[in-house]
Amino acid sequence: METIIEGLIKNNLIVAFLTVGVILFLSYWLSKTFTKGKIPGAAIAISAGLFIAYFGGDKGIANIPLFSGMAILGGNMLRDFSIVSTAMGASISQIKKAGWIGFFSLLIGIGAAFFSGALLAYAMGYHDIKSVVTIGAGACTFIVGPVTGNAIGAESDIVAISIAIGVIKSVLVTLLTPAIAKKIRLTNPKTAMIYGGVIGTTSGVAAGLAATDPKLVPYGALTATFYTGLACLLCPSVLYYIIDLMI
Amino acid sequence: MKIYGIAILSLCYLAGQVIGDLLGLGLAFKGNIGGVAFGMLFLIVFADHFKNKGFFDQESESGILFWSSMYIPVVVAMSSIQNVKVAISSGFIAVVVGVLSTLFCFMLIPLISKFSKQEENGN
Repeated sequence: METIIEGLIKNNLIVAFLTVGVILFLSYWLSKTFTKGKIPGAAIAISAGLFIAYFGGDKGIANIPLFSGMAILGGNMLRDFSIVSTAMGASISQIKKAGWIGFFSLLIGIGAAFFSGALLAYAMGYHDIKSVVTIGAGACTFIVGPVTGNAIGAESDIVAISIAIGVIKSVLVTLLTPAIAKKIRLTNPKTAMIYGGVIGTTSGVAAGLAATDPKLVPYGALTATFYTGLACLLCPSVLYYIIDLMI
Repeated sequence: MKIYGIAILSLCYLAGQVIGDLLGLGLAFKGNIGGVAFGMLFLIVFADHFKNKGFFDQESESGILFWSSMYIPVVVAMSSIQNVKVAISSGFIAVVVGVLSTLFCFMLIPLISKFSKQEENGN
């Protein structure tokens, strides 16, 4: 038995592939069977990731040698590498289509999420700038929080909170979009682009639009793709300094 | 070959990281500032340029698309390595920020869409 476990530990990255594969399989199954796909499998899977981290220590599940490969698969290098690859879907002609209103809604959306998140964090007793900025970034998306947190050197538990905030946002967006689509006049490509830019959380935007009107998905996804990149640039730099001036 | 696409992605990624590190240095952080954003920008420009020239075939592109399909699995692994034991006591703040901030963003959409319509009418 010991020999087997030792062998698995030697192959820790492969064990991580298997583990994440199983988590995703179960999560998508749960999503389909119990929520009819209303809560996205991706959101369930990320929540499951946070859940299993609880059984580890300061490095989450990676503290258990068998799962040490999770730290490679989920480390900064592969995370950033896979984020960059998502830009493949966009082309320059598409960016021109989104135009200034797309850019404008991105700035408004990132600013609104960041400052509302940061303000609430401050009001709830977080007064050190690293925590305030990371929580504000988490209000953008579940990826902007950790990228920002790592850049400015925030603690891992704050990063975990920022991921949880982003996941809650993603689920809420998915559930609320069909319900309020008419109220916010989400019926045409232009509003869909504004919507993608303001809300930004790609998985939530795509799932929410798919449930509202599948024809609108590419328009919302277009601006949402740029949200993560732009927010990862703005949160640890310009927005950090604005918070620094305010605190 | 798929590796051509992955190599191009790597080039864009590394160039972005170098700029991000320099920017971090300039802003007196130890971390990387915006490396992801610059990497994405390079990839968009690169891919567009090579596609127009016909150097970039579907096979190369699928190498990049593989990594973009690994995005959620990587995020799941990232979630599993956080210090959740300490974070759990502040779970309440996650719910408050997640819900309120999202609702606030939703309220902004009709405003911007009204603004964009006015601009069109103005022109």
